[in-house]
Amino acid sequence: MARRDTQSWNEPTRQAIDARLSVPREPRFFTVEEWDCADALCQLIIPGVIDPPLVALLDAALHDGDGHGTRTQTVPYRREAWRQGVNALDSCARGSHGKPFAQLGKDDQSALLETIQRGEPTAGQWGAMEPQDFFKRCVLGDIPALFYSLPQAWNEIGFGGPASPRGYVRLELGHRDPWEAAEVGPDGDSDTVERKNRHVV
Amino acid sequence: MWSDALNAPRARDGKAPDVLHQGGWVEMREYRDTEEVDFVIVGTGAGGGTLAARLAEQGFSVVAMDAGGWFRPIEEFASDETAQEMIYWNDHRVTDGANPLTMGGNNSGKAIGGSTVHYAMVALRFRPEWFKSRTLLGYGADWPIDWREMWHWYAEAERQLSIAGPLSYPWGPKRGRYPFRAHELNGAAKLLAEGAQKTGIEWTETPLATLSAPYRDANGTSPPCVYRGFCRFGCSTNAKRSSLTVFIPRALAAGAEVRDLAMVGKIETGPDGRATGVHYHRDGEWRFQKAKNVIVAGYAVETPRLLLNSANDRFPDGLANSSGLVGKNLMTQSNSAVWGRMDTPVRSYKGPPSLAISEHWNYDDNNDFHGGYLWLGQGPMPIEWAGVLTGAKGLWGDALREEMRDYNHMVGVKMVGETLPNEANRVTLADDVDQYGLKVARITFSYGDNDKAMIDHALQQMRASIDAVDASDIFDQPDDNCHLGGTIRMGDDPTTSVVNADGRSWDIPNLWVCDGSLFPTVGGVNPSLTIYALALRMADRIGEMSKRGELYRCRM
Repeated sequence: MARRDTQSWNEPTRQAIDARLSVPREPRFFTVEEWDCADALCQLIIPGVIDPPLVALLDAALHDGDGHGTRTQTVPYRREAWRQGVNALDSCARGSHGKPFAQLGKDDQSALLETIQRGEPTAGQWGAMEPQDFFKRCVLGDIPALFYSLPQAWNEIGFGGPASPRGYVRLELGHRDPWEAAEVGPDGDSDTVERKNRHVV
Repeated sequence: MWSDALNAPRARDGKAPDVLHQGGWVEMREYRDTEEVDFVIVGTGAGGGTLAARLAEQGFSVVAMDAGGWFRPIEEFASDETAQEMIYWNDHRVTDGANPLTMGGNNSGKAIGGSTVHYAMVALRFRPEWFKSRTLLGYGADWPIDWREMWHWYAEAERQLSIAGPLSYPWGPKRGRYPFRAHELNGAAKLLAEGAQKTGIEWTETPLATLSAPYRDANGTSPPCVYRGFCRFGCSTNAKRSSLTVFIPRALAAGAEVRDLAMVGKIETGPDGRATGVHYHRDGEWRFQKAKNVIVAGYAVETPRLLLNSANDRFPDGLANSSGLVGKNLMTQSNSAVWGRMDTPVRSYKGPPSLAISEHWNYDDNNDFHGGYLWLGQGPMPIEWAGVLTGAKGLWGDALREEMRDYNHMVGVKMVGETLPNEANRVTLADDVDQYGLKVARITFSYGDNDKAMIDHALQQMRASIDAVDASDIFDQPDDNCHLGGTIRMGDDPTTSVVNADGRSWDIPNLWVCDGSLFPTVGGVNPSLTIYALALRMADRIGEMSKRGELYRCRM
């Protein structure tokens, strides 16, 4: 975010990110129960993200629009798929453990997701939706996309970030523009890199 | 704010957005709905935008409509994958078949300028033999146009779009110099070149529709590319040469009217079976624009959808469909990739994603499959890269988070592969209706054995190339698709094609099509330059026909 007010971010980029970071932290699309389930799911797919919680971004995206507008034979349009999906996850958890998904331990939650990802039968009510396809298209298709839309995620992976109108100048393999973060290894040891990165704006 | 572009039409009251100047407006001629214009054009991408300019420049009265908004790139485009979703066609659609196609940013746009607002700008010519692939190569269907004629229009398109390309192109017949010099290579492109050299195949700088030097004409100025890398999410500096920045300004200057947020739902026909105009939705109501000719340029899904949705008592199977081929022979291009990790940071997000190319396998006929493919350097943005890891490896949790940390070190090459026409792959109408109350498209697609054999071959060759630069942790991304084609095949015979070489319907002589749906075969190159070239040719042909009095009630 240090680069927010530099030549690397134009006004539309600032507005987009500001809106994303100030997303309402309460359900508008999901019910409270659905929100809890989706929250637990987000925590499993991308652990440890607190601010903003990914479930808030998911809820906002579904509240604002129907997302990628394609349905298949086995997965309905996004809003319907997500509502059906989190309820089905809860029904799976109740069927096997007698409580909703959000109240299971992490190991049980992970085990359930792995079962679904492998395409094995679950104890839940999925209707016409194919659990494995829901997992692939919606869970893995949408949740990581929410996280990697955040500046904190860009920092984590070293992405140079938005660069308009400034752009980039040093395209050559291994070269780094002054407004890209250095990394330990190619750009020196951790002390030098930290010193370099204090000035990366 | 770009959302204003979707709230209400911007082109009205005699003026339209001037995307080449901040806050600018240009005068726009307007036509009444009751005025029978020479041409109404549906869609403003590489086909429709180009035609709007070239027809208006010849003196025809033109109204071009697009369902999308009229965005101002230099003021409204964010450097952000999510925020820019508004330029894709994300309305409801149904996909099925054994390999349901991924629809969205890779193959559909919804904006003035169409998909060219977010294309990767790769500007390639077909291999000459592909225009007669049935006769010369034994597969697909022949095009009704000779390659030498296309060569002329390719050169014209390259000139008008100021394509930046290499001094000499390694494959195919000689062509002239590209108008602008090639761009500098980024790390990913250098590695593609190194991989090609080490495996003994040719490579070159990719001809691209983005400026490598400043450009100025009567409509305004565009700066050279600054290598910010978000090309496929809309160019925020106007270095990209697209229908939006090149042909729409020309269309307006020549007196065409361009209507944004105008969704065409039905083409009307009269008692004589001719098209009489289009029903379109704008400003919250359905209206009817009278026209002497209707040109549909909505690409391989929306074009057949409109013709099918326009069915009436006289044409119960949809317009222009006496052959039964409207919507059939849908093709995509396979878009599989191979990725690996370099010790040196590659930072492939810098610059246009595909600065280097190898078309080697488009020009080799000694394979056990038909058709060809190329591969291009890659520069995925963070969300796209997460999509590769979840899609190809099924990663999530800490495993995903960890592998994402190698983002800056990854290098990849991705194919654009020809798939063969097959009537079972098609666009039909589903029962679902969209926000306009219109039946949505059902898109049915399955790869054939030939397509699969080609993908296998390409994965093996791309792996060798990535391996040759000493990448580690190499993995395949086998499932992806990109551009579309087919569905309104052009040809010489009314029983085996929907339109003739001029894009003119065999059944309804004042109904035309001009977009990628015309392609009898898609070839192994990105299609946009071929669509531009077809549109330039078609505008020229229409001018000729008009002079000879061969147009319906329309003579210059």
